[in-house]
Amino acid sequence: MALNWFKYSSPASFYPLAGRLAPWFGVAAALLTLTGLYLGFFVAPTDYKQGEAYRIIFIHVPAAWMSMFIYLVMAFYAGLGLVFNTRLSAFMARALAPTGALFTFISLWTGALWGKPMWGAWWVWDARLTSELILLFLYLGFISLQAAIEDPRRAARASGLLALIGAVNVPIIYFSVQWWNTLHQGASISMSQGSAMAATMLTAMLVMTLAFWMYTIAVVLTRVRCEILERERHSEWVAEVASRETR
Amino acid sequence: MSLTEFFSMGGYAFYVWGSYAVTALLMLIEVILVVRRRRTLLDRLGRIHGAAHGAWRDGAGNETQT
Repeated sequence: MALNWFKYSSPASFYPLAGRLAPWFGVAAALLTLTGLYLGFFVAPTDYKQGEAYRIIFIHVPAAWMSMFIYLVMAFYAGLGLVFNTRLSAFMARALAPTGALFTFISLWTGALWGKPMWGAWWVWDARLTSELILLFLYLGFISLQAAIEDPRRAARASGLLALIGAVNVPIIYFSVQWWNTLHQGASISMSQGSAMAATMLTAMLVMTLAFWMYTIAVVLTRVRCEILERERHSEWVAEVASRETR
Repeated sequence: MSLTEFFSMGGYAFYVWGSYAVTALLMLIEVILVVRRRRTLLDRLGRIHGAAHGAWRDGAGNETQT
């Protein structure tokens, strides 16, 4: 994005920008979801090994990718906040956490519903599943630490540190299927070998990933606007926004 | 492919639809929670700042700054 980053790192100027962008991301998310579901259910063929059960992949893999990616973005913002003491980055980290936790739960849930018919077990303590569960606990720890410390700046520092340290778990999740002998299958797409799937399956999965992306941006932008209003509620510009937007 | 056939998902209906339904429900709940949070917040801020900021409405609904 060719934006003036310094200008938009101020909460007062980011607030209206986020408000203008969020609806567009919401519309994109809806359109991409419809496209992705159409491709996933009506275009992609039945899997020769797993039958129709494999169609869970169109939400399972995108949700798992989002769970890891959102964590890295959250840790990045938390780190920025720690180093440069910028308020907006701490707000962004806070706004990302619930959506990240949501996608982590979705990937575990859909994984359980996929594991049962394929492996005969809802859950196994294999490296991939266990490290993804730890990711959920990291998100929940980040959220509870924020809630437990009353001074918002100390809360941001403590939870920011947790977010950064926890980031070590993300490569562990990603590479777990290579490093250990897991029941979970290997990567569906790899840099060196390309895709192990039919082209239409892959397209449906990528479209759904894009849809989850757009959804995340729309929700997080709306949530960060709430964070900004809450934290800056005593300032003059919030007073103006409040009297303008609530009439 | 008939409709029944589609919904039976080759015998995996519970697993496939259980995945999609819970995902859709949770995402819907998140959107509702965020929108509600924003409304409650603007409501509260409007009450605090509306009075303090001196925006009043006269009988005709016109806004006057005091």
